[in-house]
Amino acid sequence: MMRYLAALAVLVGFAIMPEVIGEYYVEIMILFMINLILASSFRLITTCGDWSLSHVVFMGVGAYATALLAKFLGWPFWGTVLLGGMASAVIGLAVVFPLLRTKGFGFFIGSFALGEFVRLIWVKFHFPFGGPRGMIGIPSIELSDIDFYEAIPYYYLVLLFTIACLAILYRIDLSRTGKVLKAIYADEDLSRCIGINVARYRAMAFSVSAFFAGIAGVLLAHRLGAIDPKNFDVNTMVYLVIWVVVGGVGSFWGPLIGVAVMMLVGEAARPLAEWRPLLFGGILIVFLTLLPGGLDSLMSKVREMLDKRTADGTEKI
Amino acid sequence: MDWPTFIQSISNAVILGSIYATVAVGLALAFGVMQMANFAHGEFFMAGAYVVYVFYALGGMPFPAAVISAFPVVAALGVVTERFVFRPTRGNVLAGFMATAGVAFILQVIVGQVWGVGLMRSVPTPYMGAASILGAQVSWQRLIILPSTLVMVGGLWFFLHRVKLGKALRACAQDVEAASLQGININKITALSMAISGGFAGVAGALMAPINAVTPYMGHSIIVTAFIVVIVGGMASIEGSILAAFILGFIHTFVTTLFDAVLATMAGVAFMAIILVVKPTGLLGRVRM
Repeated sequence: MMRYLAALAVLVGFAIMPEVIGEYYVEIMILFMINLILASSFRLITTCGDWSLSHVVFMGVGAYATALLAKFLGWPFWGTVLLGGMASAVIGLAVVFPLLRTKGFGFFIGSFALGEFVRLIWVKFHFPFGGPRGMIGIPSIELSDIDFYEAIPYYYLVLLFTIACLAILYRIDLSRTGKVLKAIYADEDLSRCIGINVARYRAMAFSVSAFFAGIAGVLLAHRLGAIDPKNFDVNTMVYLVIWVVVGGVGSFWGPLIGVAVMMLVGEAARPLAEWRPLLFGGILIVFLTLLPGGLDSLMSKVREMLDKRTADGTEKI
Repeated sequence: MDWPTFIQSISNAVILGSIYATVAVGLALAFGVMQMANFAHGEFFMAGAYVVYVFYALGGMPFPAAVISAFPVVAALGVVTERFVFRPTRGNVLAGFMATAGVAFILQVIVGQVWGVGLMRSVPTPYMGAASILGAQVSWQRLIILPSTLVMVGGLWFFLHRVKLGKALRACAQDVEAASLQGININKITALSMAISGGFAGVAGALMAPINAVTPYMGHSIIVTAFIVVIVGGMASIEGSILAAFILGFIHTFVTTLFDAVLATMAGVAFMAIILVVKPTGLLGRVRM
């Protein structure tokens, strides 16, 4: 019951937020929600133990697909969002194919290099991708009279998509598929023994999470109006890793907490501008060395300690 | 491609291959011992270039002395990284790897804040002129890289196979528990391997300082290649990474000469993808990654 009330409170909070905060923060919140989709979809691959270093590149695939479709072909939003996600999923399948024979660290590096390959295609071809300077003039969304160029309508659109994407990802996490992925992470050989097609599930997890990253990219491209290959480089990827590590991947909520906390820290550290990577790098090291499970594990640790204390208390009585 | 261009490209490929080999050998060595995967290896390379910038271009030290002093300076960085990043995350490759991404950020910011971000630092060329080899012109500055690599890799081979400490290091790479049962101090060995690893990256960066643009972000371009080399060669295999370094050197040089640099990087990645499909252990590796 408490859980539903909390969920309801969060939803109401998000719904009335644009009325309370200023336009600048509405823009920040739009980016925040896009990042939520990105981080949550990233967690899907990590549940089977594959830490992909190409995840933001798939966000880029969605963004570039949107740019091409909306700018050159004049496609409406519904077309770009579907095809952007699909394009990511399909390219994800192509990328994951050579990676399926690696695991753990080899997967990490391999995905990094193949992500670079996709990114370099955008750098290399001036037509149609615009080369190193990227693409500008991506039209905003127009749906039945509502102009989504304004921040507040766009906020509600992104909110709708975020709720939908997170709900689907949450269902996947709880479903049989989600359990299979966790089984693969726990013991790959044993999973194979009980008849799980490990390669197929890993490919599926990669492709599905690329799909959602693609959707995040579509939303980003329509909002920014301009994208370039640097938006999706390894630096951005390391920031995504920092969010997810700070939050922890132990539960569905970890990455979401991580994005929230680290975006707050990022906003607070805005005056420090050029020192920010140092701060984030330091935080990453501290979390990985001292609290590898992230903030998420901290909460369960605290709960465990409280439980133990009450349990001890009842024993004494 | 005419004959002089061909010879020119071959000599360029060999020299580029030796730089890749120097960088990748360090990476493979650290990975072989205790699976330390160092994302900041490219930044170690950058640090080596800055050592030459500070000691030689600013401080007026002779160039060879500056290059040699890059070894201990960057080796110290390696030891610090081992102590504060790899040791606490031992047993978890990915955690160590991601934490060194943090180290990379920190080094970039510090170097950028001390010596400036914007303009690239120019390091004057200490060795003017070029040697003429079969009709191709190779500048002395590039040519000295080849003997330096030979000396370093040869020295490493001698150390690993003939010196007791080096043998202990190889024992550690083979079986940590058995090595520690023989009384080998594991912490000492991991620190030592990170020192060698860092030193190699530092000297490679130092040698490239007069040739490359010296910026805080110059590590990025080398790290992708270095990891591709190590994967192609077979993660923990030093011989494999030397072989792969020269293959990658040839691919990069020839594709760059015939087409352009972006396509060259893409060709390298494609080559790695093919190797992963055909032989996931890498060319000379034994363990599947």
